Amino acid sequence: MSEIILDSNGFQKAVETLSKDIFEKNKNIADIAVVGIQHKGVCVAKRLLAGLAKLAAIDERDIPFGTLDITLYRDDLDNFGADMPVIKDTLIPFDISKKKIILVDDVLYTGRTVRAALDVLMHFGRPKCIQLAVLIDRGHRELPIEAGYTGFKSVIDGKVKVECKEMDGQDRVIIL
Amino acid sequence: MSLHIKNIRIADPSQNKDEKGDLFVENGKIVSKLSANPDKIIDGRGKIAVPGLIDVHSHLREPGQEGKETIKTGTRAAAKGGITSVLCMPNTKPVIDNAPTVEFILLKAQKEGVVNVFPIGCATKGSLGQELSEIGVLKRAGIVAVSDDGLPVADSQIMRRALEYTKMFKLPVISHSEDKELSKNGVMNEGKNSMILGLRGIPRQAEEVMVARDIMLAELTGGYLHIAHVSTAGSVDLIRQAKKKGIKVTAETCPHYFTLTDDVVKLYDTNTKMNPPLRGDKDVAAVKEGLADATIDCIATDHAPHSQEEKNKEYDLAPFGIIGFETMLSLVLSELVSAKVLTLMQCIEKMSVNPAKIFNLEGRGSLKEGSIADITIIDPQYSYEFTKESIISKSKNSPFIGRKFTGGAVMTIVGGNIVYQI
Amino acid sequence: MSLNRKDLLGLEHLDKKDLQLILDSVKPFKDLFTRSVKKAPTLIGKTVVTLFYEPSTRTRTSFEIAAKRLSADVVNLTVSASSVVKGESLIDTGKTLEAMKADYVIIRHSLSGTPDILARNLNASIINAGDGFHEHPTQGLLDLYTMYEKKKTLEGLRVLLVGDILHSRVAKSNIWALTKMGAKVSVAGPPTLIPDKIEELGVKVYYDLDEAIKEADVVNILRIQLERQQENLFPSVREYVELYQLTKERLAKAKSGVMIMHPGPMNRGVEISSDVADSPNAVIYEQVTNGIAVRMAVLYLLKPNNKGKK
Repeated sequence: MSEIILDSNGFQKAVETLSKDIFEKNKNIADIAVVGIQHKGVCVAKRLLAGLAKLAAIDERDIPFGTLDITLYRDDLDNFGADMPVIKDTLIPFDISKKKIILVDDVLYTGRTVRAALDVLMHFGRPKCIQLAVLIDRGHRELPIEAGYTGFKSVIDGKVKVECKEMDGQDRVIIL
Repeated sequence: MSLHIKNIRIADPSQNKDEKGDLFVENGKIVSKLSANPDKIIDGRGKIAVPGLIDVHSHLREPGQEGKETIKTGTRAAAKGGITSVLCMPNTKPVIDNAPTVEFILLKAQKEGVVNVFPIGCATKGSLGQELSEIGVLKRAGIVAVSDDGLPVADSQIMRRALEYTKMFKLPVISHSEDKELSKNGVMNEGKNSMILGLRGIPRQAEEVMVARDIMLAELTGGYLHIAHVSTAGSVDLIRQAKKKGIKVTAETCPHYFTLTDDVVKLYDTNTKMNPPLRGDKDVAAVKEGLADATIDCIATDHAPHSQEEKNKEYDLAPFGIIGFETMLSLVLSELVSAKVLTLMQCIEKMSVNPAKIFNLEGRGSLKEGSIADITIIDPQYSYEFTKESIISKSKNSPFIGRKFTGGAVMTIVGGNIVYQI
Repeated sequence: MSLNRKDLLGLEHLDKKDLQLILDSVKPFKDLFTRSVKKAPTLIGKTVVTLFYEPSTRTRTSFEIAAKRLSADVVNLTVSASSVVKGESLIDTGKTLEAMKADYVIIRHSLSGTPDILARNLNASIINAGDGFHEHPTQGLLDLYTMYEKKKTLEGLRVLLVGDILHSRVAKSNIWALTKMGAKVSVAGPPTLIPDKIEELGVKVYYDLDEAIKEADVVNILRIQLERQQENLFPSVREYVELYQLTKERLAKAKSGVMIMHPGPMNRGVEISSDVADSPNAVIYEQVTNGIAVRMAVLYLLKPNNKGKK
């Protein structure tokens, strides 16, 4: 049995809250770039991109957008045995130096993914700053990493699954 | 020591006899009845007594390469394989091109060996292919044939002289048939597999060119030509035609040439490296055919021991050769007899009767009354796995390790003495 | 996502699915090259030994860069040919490297089958960097990837290999990979340098390069070893050049978009003329770049885990 913690509505609201919070803190939208962490973080990032564009009343294509895969930077590659994880695209089609990067993931858990993602970003150049936005903060941190913007926060023990329209046909977050 | 072997199937092609009966041995000879109670009674039920196997092609490595094999270990390995006599090739260190070396081997064999050892002398001095060795002196010392085995006698004129000169001694000249230029740098059969593995090939023609040449020289000289280790369909054909024409030629093949193809080289296992190399399916079929229609007279091991250090190497760098004493009989029983390629009688003919005839080993190759009591006792039901640990030979270079066999020697009697029994 | 093996010894034993997996894995590594830091910590703490029994600057350098871009520690060992015969045995050398905790051993050897011997005796991942006349799997893969990247599909692609097929491990690996991927492979060269059984691998044989080149989408030119002339495999370099050098004139007989490849190092003026090597059809330097990415992908896919071995 799965427990729904965000339904379609809740999902939408959480995204709106996130967008608003980010916009509040970053009024100069020209400095901003959004980067989503593969795989579901990309989905959430795209929603935030749309939200930010709307708030700033500009075309979302005017905000630089990228995707990032952390596989080659994972700290647990030794645990995969014969089956190595599939590497997805890392596409950062803009110069990240002097940008304020909004790094987006779906779930913040141990913090290890974000740690890896920070390293990936740093290998592209020297951004002005990196701010972290997550849809769900489920606690259980293993590294000293916190999100600047959180859509929903609660300590959750089960496995959290984020579903979104583009990939799963509906927007919701469930505990498996 | 006298023996009474009871209720045994006696298969002796020399008398064309295959029937149940009793065998008696006294004073090292086969007798029709014993003069007193036997020292030992052997229950022969379910077993077969055949004339002791004679391996006409082996390398005992002594003198000179005792790390690989000695007369002591080699003859014990032979006895385990049911072999009662071995002919040993002269490519020892020093080579057998002088009487003292022949005498040394015979003495060693007498002191430390358990089966009969018959040395083969060099055809040319130092096996260098340039001058005939003192064949008469060697003959007096005890050789039963001449050969430069391991090498061909490349010079056709010298081969002609060898075949001519040996006629007066009735000594066969054993031809290691290989055109060294055609086989240059080759390490396996030339074909699809050598191409895929990227190993330099030895074409079948490297053997066949020399078989053809030597047959022509045998025709020219009337000498006694014996072709060693026949491996190709083409060679079988050439020998068949020569025999039809009445040319004096005999031939041998080895168990690996009718059991394995070059497919087994796949993993670069150096225990599949020998010279001539393993060939293809058609060659295996032709060798069997040649055995069945008596084109090929003998089955020999070409027992060629090499140490693990030498063999556990890059394929190109490992020496040619595999051991064979301990597997020949079982391979013959499973691949030829059980597979109905040859009858047991035909096989014994090729492993005992013919070798004795071709190399003039008087009193051997037969269970007739008065013959020397060299007897191999076979249990056709004896099942075992050929493991590395079970190998008696000093060297373990066999591609048959891990093979399961049904049928093998369970007792070997040499000159009336039991030298091996399970 | 797995090749299900600890070693890469040759392409003969990979199937289409494995090859496709490798092709699909290359791009993320190639993408790394565009970053300001061209390096990821993927193999941090792993030790890669390149064990070269044959001189080869480019393959060794390519592997070294590939391993370093994945943060592995790289040790280069070059063993001279003479010490092969006299010195320590291959297996002992391998075991010594293993005792030093090498995770990968990348071996180049003039004798075929040497990587197989190491693979059987060592737990480390063995990658064949070219053995005798057998295979050169990463070269085969980088050629395959370069064609795939440019031509988008390999199915039905007409690839011509020119030169010494008999002694070429590059040709062998190309043939295995391309035929498995559905390409149509042909070879051109003198009969002395083309093994007659090659047709059994699904390859068409030409002796006339002018004839062979007409239909080709890709021409992969092999380096001709000048010592083959001493073995009487062709009578003179002059005659070889006349019959088999890829020249502008010959190129004119090919399709206009024909892609020219060469595994390097080139003998300019022997198997390939300079103007062809420098023509827009040539992708020879892209092969070099792709070589690094392909080798990174291979290192990644064969990565040993911390429980010892796959």
